[in-house]
Amino acid sequence: MDDGVMLVALLVATLRAAAPLILAGLGELVCERAGVLNLGVEGMMLVGAVVGFAASVTTGSPVLGLLAAMAAGAAMAAVFAVLTLRLHANQVASGLALTIFGIGFSALFGAPYQSHPITGLATLIFPNLSGAHPLLQQLLLVDPLVWLALAAPFAVARFLARSRAGLLLRAVGESAEVAHAFGYKVVRIRGFAVLFGGAMAGLAGAYLSLAYTPMWTENMVAGRGWIALALVVFSTWKPLLLAAGAILFGFVTIAGFQAEAWGIPVAPNLLATLPYAATILVLVLISRDTLRLKLNAPAALGKPFHPAG
Amino acid sequence: MRLERRASASRVMAVLAPVLALVCAAAGAAVLFALLGRDPVSCLHTLFVAPLEDANGWSELALKATPLLLCALGIAVGVQANVWNIGAEGQFTMGAIAGGAVALWLGPTEGWFVLPLVLMAGVLGGAAWGGVAAFLRTRFNAHEILVTLMLSYIAVQVLGWLVRGPMQDPEGFNFPQTRQFEAAAMLPVLLEGSRVTVAAVFALVAVPLAALLLGRTMAGYRIRVVGLAPGAARYAGFSENGAVWVCLLLSGGLAGLAGVCEVAGPIGQLTPSISPGYGFAAIIVAFLGRLSPVGMLFAAVLMALLYLGAEGLQITQQLPLAAAGVIQGMLLLFLLGADVLTLYRVRFGGVRAHAKASSHG
Amino acid sequence: MALPPRLVLRGIGKSYGGTRANDGIDLTVMQGEIHALLGENGAGKSTLVKIIYGVVQPDAGSLEWEGKAVTIPDPNAARRLGIGMVFQHFSLFETLTVAENIALGLGTDEPLAALSARISATAARYGLAVDPRVHVHHLSVGERQRVEILRCLLQEPRLLIMDEPTSVLTPQEAEGLFAMLRRLAAEGCSVLYISHKLAEIRALCDQATVLRAGRVVAACDPRVTPAAAMAELMIGQAMAAPVRPARPAAGDAVLAVMGLSLAADSPFGTALRAIGFTLRAGEILGIGGVAGNGQKELLAAISGERRAGENGAVAIAGVACGQAGASARRRLGLAVVPEERLGRGAVAELSLTENALLTGATREVARHGVIRFAPLRRFARGVIESFRVVAAGSEALAGSLSGGNMQKFIIGREMGHAPLVLVAAHPTWGVDVGAAQAIHDALHALAADGVGVLIISEDLDEIFSVCDRIAVLHGGHLSAPVAVGETSVEAVGLLMGGLDAA
Repeated sequence: MDDGVMLVALLVATLRAAAPLILAGLGELVCERAGVLNLGVEGMMLVGAVVGFAASVTTGSPVLGLLAAMAAGAAMAAVFAVLTLRLHANQVASGLALTIFGIGFSALFGAPYQSHPITGLATLIFPNLSGAHPLLQQLLLVDPLVWLALAAPFAVARFLARSRAGLLLRAVGESAEVAHAFGYKVVRIRGFAVLFGGAMAGLAGAYLSLAYTPMWTENMVAGRGWIALALVVFSTWKPLLLAAGAILFGFVTIAGFQAEAWGIPVAPNLLATLPYAATILVLVLISRDTLRLKLNAPAALGKPFHPAG
Repeated sequence: MRLERRASASRVMAVLAPVLALVCAAAGAAVLFALLGRDPVSCLHTLFVAPLEDANGWSELALKATPLLLCALGIAVGVQANVWNIGAEGQFTMGAIAGGAVALWLGPTEGWFVLPLVLMAGVLGGAAWGGVAAFLRTRFNAHEILVTLMLSYIAVQVLGWLVRGPMQDPEGFNFPQTRQFEAAAMLPVLLEGSRVTVAAVFALVAVPLAALLLGRTMAGYRIRVVGLAPGAARYAGFSENGAVWVCLLLSGGLAGLAGVCEVAGPIGQLTPSISPGYGFAAIIVAFLGRLSPVGMLFAAVLMALLYLGAEGLQITQQLPLAAAGVIQGMLLLFLLGADVLTLYRVRFGGVRAHAKASSHG
Repeated sequence: MALPPRLVLRGIGKSYGGTRANDGIDLTVMQGEIHALLGENGAGKSTLVKIIYGVVQPDAGSLEWEGKAVTIPDPNAARRLGIGMVFQHFSLFETLTVAENIALGLGTDEPLAALSARISATAARYGLAVDPRVHVHHLSVGERQRVEILRCLLQEPRLLIMDEPTSVLTPQEAEGLFAMLRRLAAEGCSVLYISHKLAEIRALCDQATVLRAGRVVAACDPRVTPAAAMAELMIGQAMAAPVRPARPAAGDAVLAVMGLSLAADSPFGTALRAIGFTLRAGEILGIGGVAGNGQKELLAAISGERRAGENGAVAIAGVACGQAGASARRRLGLAVVPEERLGRGAVAELSLTENALLTGATREVARHGVIRFAPLRRFARGVIESFRVVAAGSEALAGSLSGGNMQKFIIGREMGHAPLVLVAAHPTWGVDVGAAQAIHDALHALAADGVGVLIISEDLDEIFSVCDRIAVLHGGHLSAPVAVGETSVEAVGLLMGGLDAA
């Protein structure tokens, strides 16, 4: 019986660790399928985390917090979109700038909220669980955002494969020049994709500060934005594979913590390297197959588009 | 408003864009300070002017500019080859660890060879960490942006583990730090009474060397061709993998040198936090300096000023140190935006309106 | 009462920076007419059709569609009027299916299944067999053109613009295309046919408008106007007959390729299959074929950009070098002029002097790894002078040169290294007639000096007029080279289509 609860607890913890990676990764995936490489995910997540936290604490409404986080992420993405799509700035440099700014801004803006504990999203919804069965307690830790993270990949996959807007998005990521020649508004379509990516990164950040931890600490995203970027490559730009990869990652992270509980002595610092080492490993494994990457990567990814006229 | 591509990049705007970006970032900072309820004028004074008002400020400026410049030079050479080493922070850390390990291992050994060994270990440590990324890129095609970054996170954690575990000072009351390095392993101070060491000389010497490498040697030419036109590089027979190795070993080595010079200089031991983000700020230095070695010299001093100014703001205005990061980030964002002026002319109205008028006429 | 003309252009003008691409152009296309737009590269044909298709806005002039004045602000507006266009460089999305591509082109919300059915029906009607479900990157160039045409036909166009359509077809496929266009015209659709190939214009078109330097210089009936007269209109002067200097009999083998097989290195590439030929000193060998049949791969395997499995697969001047890199092969006497100029043959962002170093790192200009700019600049100036490259000096950026001048510089640079073998891909592609002539003369002179010259080109006219022997690439396989005098355009066309002439 205890083993059963353990197992469910492990599964729930894995999904909770995977959720932010899925949300941010999906946003970036859509953005990249439109041909734009935004390396600012980490920065947008941080800003989303702190703005979501502040809005939630100030208004008392976690829903408003989540919305504010999405708006903040989208606002950051809008800056990126103007720089890269309108002013033709280098996408790699602009993404890095966004992350550097996000790290600084979140630390500055979040200083008053540092280590201010709040009630997590799951506990907020089911406040009184102490009497419930331990299995149920675990299951109800799965908050709505985790459900969203589990459903979203299917929705995005369907959108990309079946809808006309999805087809347009893929077309723009395949060749901006051809799409332009057909009379489609490349910059506008890419702009929407970038904004979606920003909103999703903001949401993922807010999930960390409002549900996962739940509190704001400086630099709390801790590289998850970069891991999400790596997962997009790992998934070969396919939403369902992205979710699978994120869950695998969640498991690696959680298994590390479990190692301690199971009595395997590992220094916490070394344990903390696990997700980063796993990211490198995953990148190596997927990137070896150059042909497969070339075939699946959006052909226009990272390439600037200057309509002549 | 329309953008019209210039036939070739404007040199005037290439120099003016960073100045314009700085002005915009300062204005942005003023707005930020006002929003945080501080007096913008006195904040800007603290940020940009106060650190330069005494000799100590100038020496601290040199101290902070040194690692920024060393890291940025390597990053810039890489960017020329389209090799994005954004993990200088990790190579900096690994250089500090390797140099620190040698310094601690040699312990009280005296002799002229101690310091060169420590420095060499630092360079090799940084280069090795860069080399890991080069190996994974050339052998497995794993992109260096993500790999160097992940390696940074790992390096910082490894440092945290070492100073709490195998390398911890046994008499340090369980503080996370190593023993102090002996005098023989420490860099000589350049100016009596300041903390500036000969590391500043290393950085200054590296500037013309980097300029020579890029401008006058075949190696530099190959690097530039690989970055500008990979197809032309393949046609000419210049190895892209070779450029990746050269760039990552070089920038790793320089960042490693910066790292060991910090711990064998102003810090004097290994602690969990040996860098206030020099490796990342160096990316901004590289862009702000237009990837030109001399330009980066000025940019490094400016970024150092922001670090110092932020320390001043922390003391006088109780603002978090992170204020430096916000302004640095804004600086880079504004710079990237201002750069549009170097490649394009901005036209208002123009041809389109004319065409409409005449087609209806 | 006659039908109003389908399209009338009056006084169309368009400038880019200082150059007048179009200057006061008048053009009338009647209903059901196949109208040729004739002119050499840079005459302003593509600017004009971009204006008609709404991609580019004119600075001056007016358009009239079936008797009514119109403006065409974007391609969607053009399509609504009933204008369809088949671009020379296909506007297709490689990783999407045929049906998805056509859906995007039509801009409809029609479900893909219904659209696929319509595609198949139209394809059957006009004899353009293609499977709507297949991904475009699996298609040959000719099949891709069919997709482009199908996309236009599904919009039931009243004016179809075709930009140099036969450049990607075998002569036999071109015949099929002409039959389809004639049928379309008979049904009332007008066709604006852009080409510089006089023979096909004479065979196909009812009317021709000749452009030169952005202006209309003549309108004529191509069925009765002699080809030479049209050529003169197009170029502005009588065309000089190509000079073929007398050459010594072909000498020793300078380039030998034996059993060269190489897997494709990209998902859209072609594998090379057991390629073998010998190039002798003083001869010009031409390799023809439809684009995408292994030309890029063959060039990479010869130049050393890709290494062969066996060292003996490639030999230069008798030295096996199949596994040597590009620099080593260059030292053996190989010079290569690649297909793409900027980004491969030269770096746009570097000066001509710096570009001279790309393949010219000799001991004189790069001693101990340090570049000596003085001799390098002298070399670059020499190339600029002897090949009459129009450029603002040796410090001009490569990107500032026109395509033809850049090509002359690259060819001059490669010849300047005194090679034993020169391999040139599409040496005159996109180059105006004068420059093309200069390039062909230079290649002849080179061969006369005893250099082995290999030309890889999709232009059969070029191969027949310049080369001594011809081989054809198809599906990564090379036919046995034959002397020009012993073959015909038809026989080579069959080889291009993968059929061996008996």
